[in-house]
Amino acid sequence: MAQSVYKITIPSSTRYLEDVRQFVERHARQADLPAEVVEQLKVAVDEACTNVIEHAYKGEGEHQIDVAVIVKPDRLTIRIRDEGESFEPERYEEPNIFEFARRHKKGGFGVHIMRRLMDRVEYRTRGKVNECSMTKYRNNNVKKDA
Amino acid sequence: MSNFSVGFRKNGDVQVLDLKGELDAHTASELEAAIQRCQSENHCKIVVNGEGLMYISSAGLGVFMAYIEELREEGGDIKIAALQPKVYNVFDLLGFPMLFDIVETEEEALARFRKEKEEGAEG
Repeated sequence: MAQSVYKITIPSSTRYLEDVRQFVERHARQADLPAEVVEQLKVAVDEACTNVIEHAYKGEGEHQIDVAVIVKPDRLTIRIRDEGESFEPERYEEPNIFEFARRHKKGGFGVHIMRRLMDRVEYRTRGKVNECSMTKYRNNNVKKDA
Repeated sequence: MSNFSVGFRKNGDVQVLDLKGELDAHTASELEAAIQRCQSENHCKIVVNGEGLMYISSAGLGVFMAYIEELREEGGDIKIAALQPKVYNVFDLLGFPMLFDIVETEEEALARFRKEKEEGAEG
């Protein structure tokens, strides 16, 4: 199946989040995705990269994050790779906003947002490389496990 | 160079914060500093005007989350007004409309504070 792959590498610092959002926006627009979906992709890649910066690399700015946008006829996938501490999705607790407010919690919503916005979110670790892969299908009716 | 700013305005005893630009994990500390400044000046009634806010991620939402209980305990609140639809959608994803007063206009947010004050005076 024909596909186009676009790549960007950013330092592991929040100051580059805007660059990643613009990169994804540019290629999602080129792929003719609706404006609403483009916004969803921007938020999803932002959340994924923020998690890498804050959790995988623990705020250390000297590492790298590789981001790829893979466009296929029926879908767009954003792939994020890092070499920090791996994320264990099975240990993630879905946020309860009332409980979070009571505990004055500032974070912990990123994965929830990624899962809500994207059709499929997968994590895997190969050797020292962690990979988060998030897919949005052009046809909204496609099941997440299709 | 930060693509986010907070403007400060007073309207009676309500502090209005005008948010402009993009609020993410890089710029969230500026919103946090603005809310802390309100608290230090004993302005616990805050209206956030989001008309100029073009983007928000969960890092921005987290700032509202972290301060809402404290401000309410001090007799105040954060009311959020005039959000762009694409920004409102992110608030909605986490169920924020159940926890926060989110209204269409700044005037509506100010009116809610006035109403709460009147009800408080009567009570």
